Amino acid sequence: MELELRGITKRFPGVVANDDVNLTVRGGEVLALVGENGAGKSTLMNILYGLYKADEGEILVDGQPVKFTSPHDAIAAGIGMVHQHFMLVPVFTVTENVVLGVEPTTSFGRIDIGSARTRVAELSREFGLHLDPDAMTEDLAVGIQQRIEIVKVLFRDAKIVVFDEPTAVLTPQEIEDFFRIVETLTAAGCGVVFITHKLKEAIRIADRIVVLRRGKTVGEADPKTATQEALAEMMVGRPVDLEVDKAPPQLGDVTLRVAHLTVTDANGRAHVSDVSFEVRAGEIVGIAGIQGNGQSELVETLVGLHRAAAGTVALNGEDITTATPRARHRLGIAHIPEDRQRDGMVKDFTITENLALTSYYAPPLSHGINMQWDTARSEAERLVEAYDIRTPSTETSTGKLSGGNQQKVIVARELSRNVHLAIASQPTRGVDVGSIEYIHERLVDLRDKGVAVLVVSTELDEVMALSDRVLVMFGGRLVANLNRADTDHNDVGLYMAGAKGDFMPGDAPGDATPGERAS
Amino acid sequence: MSTPTEIYTDVQLAVGRSFEQVRRARNLGIIYLILAGVAAWVFTGHQGSATFNLDGGRSFGVAATPLAWIVAGTLAVLGGIQLARGLGRWQSAALAAAAVVFVFSLLAWAAAPRSFAFVGMLSQSITFSTPLIFGALAGIMCERSGVVNIAIEGMLLNGAFTSALVGSVTTFWVGVVAAMITSALFAWLLAWLAIRFKVDQVIIGFFINFFVAGLTAFLDNRVLSSNPGYNGVDTLKPLKVPLLHKIPILGPVLFTQTIFVYTAFALVAFLAWAFRSTRWGLRTRAVGEHPKAADTLGVNVNRMRYRNVIAAGAIAGFGGSWFTANVGRFREDITDGRGFIALAVVIVGRWSPVGALSGALVFGFFDALKDKLGFLKTGIPGEFIGMTPYIATIVVVAGFAGRTRAPKASGQPYESQ
Ligand SMILES: Nc1ncnc2c1ncn2[C@@H]1O[C@H](COP(=O)(O)OP(=O)(O)OP(=O)(O)O)[C@@H](O)[C@H]1O
Ligand SMILES: [Mg+2]
Repeated sequence: MELELRGITKRFPGVVANDDVNLTVRGGEVLALVGENGAGKSTLMNILYGLYKADEGEILVDGQPVKFTSPHDAIAAGIGMVHQHFMLVPVFTVTENVVLGVEPTTSFGRIDIGSARTRVAELSREFGLHLDPDAMTEDLAVGIQQRIEIVKVLFRDAKIVVFDEPTAVLTPQEIEDFFRIVETLTAAGCGVVFITHKLKEAIRIADRIVVLRRGKTVGEADPKTATQEALAEMMVGRPVDLEVDKAPPQLGDVTLRVAHLTVTDANGRAHVSDVSFEVRAGEIVGIAGIQGNGQSELVETLVGLHRAAAGTVALNGEDITTATPRARHRLGIAHIPEDRQRDGMVKDFTITENLALTSYYAPPLSHGINMQWDTARSEAERLVEAYDIRTPSTETSTGKLSGGNQQKVIVARELSRNVHLAIASQPTRGVDVGSIEYIHERLVDLRDKGVAVLVVSTELDEVMALSDRVLVMFGGRLVANLNRADTDHNDVGLYMAGAKGDFMPGDAPGDATPGERAS
Repeated sequence: MSTPTEIYTDVQLAVGRSFEQVRRARNLGIIYLILAGVAAWVFTGHQGSATFNLDGGRSFGVAATPLAWIVAGTLAVLGGIQLARGLGRWQSAALAAAAVVFVFSLLAWAAAPRSFAFVGMLSQSITFSTPLIFGALAGIMCERSGVVNIAIEGMLLNGAFTSALVGSVTTFWVGVVAAMITSALFAWLLAWLAIRFKVDQVIIGFFINFFVAGLTAFLDNRVLSSNPGYNGVDTLKPLKVPLLHKIPILGPVLFTQTIFVYTAFALVAFLAWAFRSTRWGLRTRAVGEHPKAADTLGVNVNRMRYRNVIAAGAIAGFGGSWFTANVGRFREDITDGRGFIALAVVIVGRWSPVGALSGALVFGFFDALKDKLGFLKTGIPGEFIGMTPYIATIVVVAGFAGRTRAPKASGQPYESQ
């Protein structure tokens, strides 16, 4: 099957998201689509999938023009899509999510759940996905949720599969698994469109790389000869420094001290067990670990969204174990949450409003009960400029921004405040190379100004690039506390997989010097 | 490499109960102690034995004061255990049992030293809960597909009026069909304004309620009251289910009821099955939880919503005709806020048909109890007795329903780009 997009133009109020784009995908090949945040990649794919209607241009399947008025038509034509923000119903089982829309039925519209379940299990086995057909979706980690999305596409017998930033939420191991799936798909004759911000991956897996900038295709590259630097420059239009430059840290006092922290969920299950560590002013501490090893719960507890079952958290010597999130904000904690759409922003608020969310209650944004919208707006304009947020205006609702630009709004809000401690979970998830460079520079700046920075990332490269010290979490416990200079990717990888390191029960900061005990 | 789920099983420490469990257990303990106190102070106040009349001339007697002491003692012990270490997985069962004996003791106290029709009261509970079941099912169908419908009251009232008017000039069942059609039209109006123009759903619902209340009151005054021929239908007679109606106690309570009651139960069973096992059910739930996901899979979100809301209107119209059938005629504000109680029942029942049935039965029971208490001259002020069904419903929500979660997209219009 061959799919061609010809002269596609799509306008949104204030932006031309796609401007006369031509693109062809053939069966059996992997086409990587790269480009800055807001370049129009998702929009183009949504048009291909029948979710958006193009203003101009046409779609051809095997040379024949087709019209997709809804995803229904695209699915029928053999197109499948895994969206940037997953399209799963949280309260459905895996099987229910997979069959939705193409339910096999018996009499009276009754769903033949038995045969559906068998088919899901079969596909899962065939592609090595290890999915439990009866698991409840909301209980599953994102990496596993993505496999549901993949099974959805397979279940519909798609011939062309679009993956919109599939690897943004995956661990290195899961990314390898994902590539294997892609190879199986192409071997079976399917065409794959792969959107990513990680140029390394594009070079690794693609047969062709197409670069999009500001809605236009600006070039095509051959992965055999392309380099990351060249691609980055093509995307952004200027040379990009892919390394993080930083001077040795100037350590100050202990800013964050966590001692014997244990966190349980509503069922009494422990997600964080007896974790102790500290972060000093002027250093970046990175927490590495595979998704689902307690990092999310740890961070939620540090910022006050969860209550600790045991242990203490202290900021600058003051006990904040039971402080409210607002109190912690005021004491100077910034937080970039890992799930931007759930915890980071109000989708229907404008950019100005979202940027004001953590400081609206105090001058200069308010006077008594009056909001100072003019001040908020000019501040928002400054941040939009500084963080290169691509938007028609500061009064656009944040939900309408591209994924990476939504992330930048949150990063801008959190890092522009005056804080003692910045906690960043997956700070560059879904962000393009140019902006990663900028966000990393900002984090290092903060450190150099004497802020304690805690970076939590499942992206090992990011942790290694930024951190002065690396902690590794496995199974809810801290299994390593290493000086960045004394360790490397391999070493940390072993701790992450649980192949190395005992957990350290009861070690509190001060019991031993960091870095010593793990060797 | 192990998946996260496997990792967690290693970390299941012996970390007892979570905060929420502890807090809930403590609150329940306090409730037990309060109930024990009421039983000890109040229910021991009437001497003599209360006679509970059953069906077929049978009856049994209970000595009110000793019963009250036993109940008070049991509740106090349960409360103590609850406070000290929680009842674990027996918590809900214990609470249900405690509620039953407490109410039993209340009845014995109220009736002593006379007698009262126990089975008659149970049978009446079912009758009273019937319109609530229809109203709640209509609410569930709307909310599960993502549309908030506070116009249940208006649709019930319209059903009552239309079935009275049309039923009087034609036959009752033609009136019922007319009630279903007109209420479905109101539902269509709700859906159309909400989906097409994205008007706030609560405001449309409010408007429909006001409109129907005003219009039916006006027509009742101007047309029905001066033309008795336009307002009079036969009250429905109970139908005995062959054989089953002979079962003691259950027979008269469950199997000697009107066709409305049987329809309500059948509809609950059908919808419970349909939500869980049919294509319609799966799609409805998807559209109410995550419409965008449904849309990306080729499900027509707004069409699902139209269909559900209109069908819900028909159900509410049918339920409304119960009011007319129950007393044989329409009068102003005959529904008396039952549509709003039905909305509460939707929440108590956690948006599930079977849950709503339970909620409606609880309310119906206390509604019937209220009537009985008024009759038995207990010395409780009438206004306070009038509050019992509402208080009981709140207690049940707090005690059993726990944390409830509405369908995520409920009330939000959907737009694909
Ligand atoms: N529903 C919408 N309404 C208005 N504008 C939109 C909408 N969707 C996208 N846009 C705009 O269209 C442009 C392209 O967005 P798109 O989501 O396609 O970017 P992208 O290349 O996928 O970026 P990212 O890498 O950040 O996901 C952006 O400027 C965005 O603000
Ligand atoms: Mg995108």
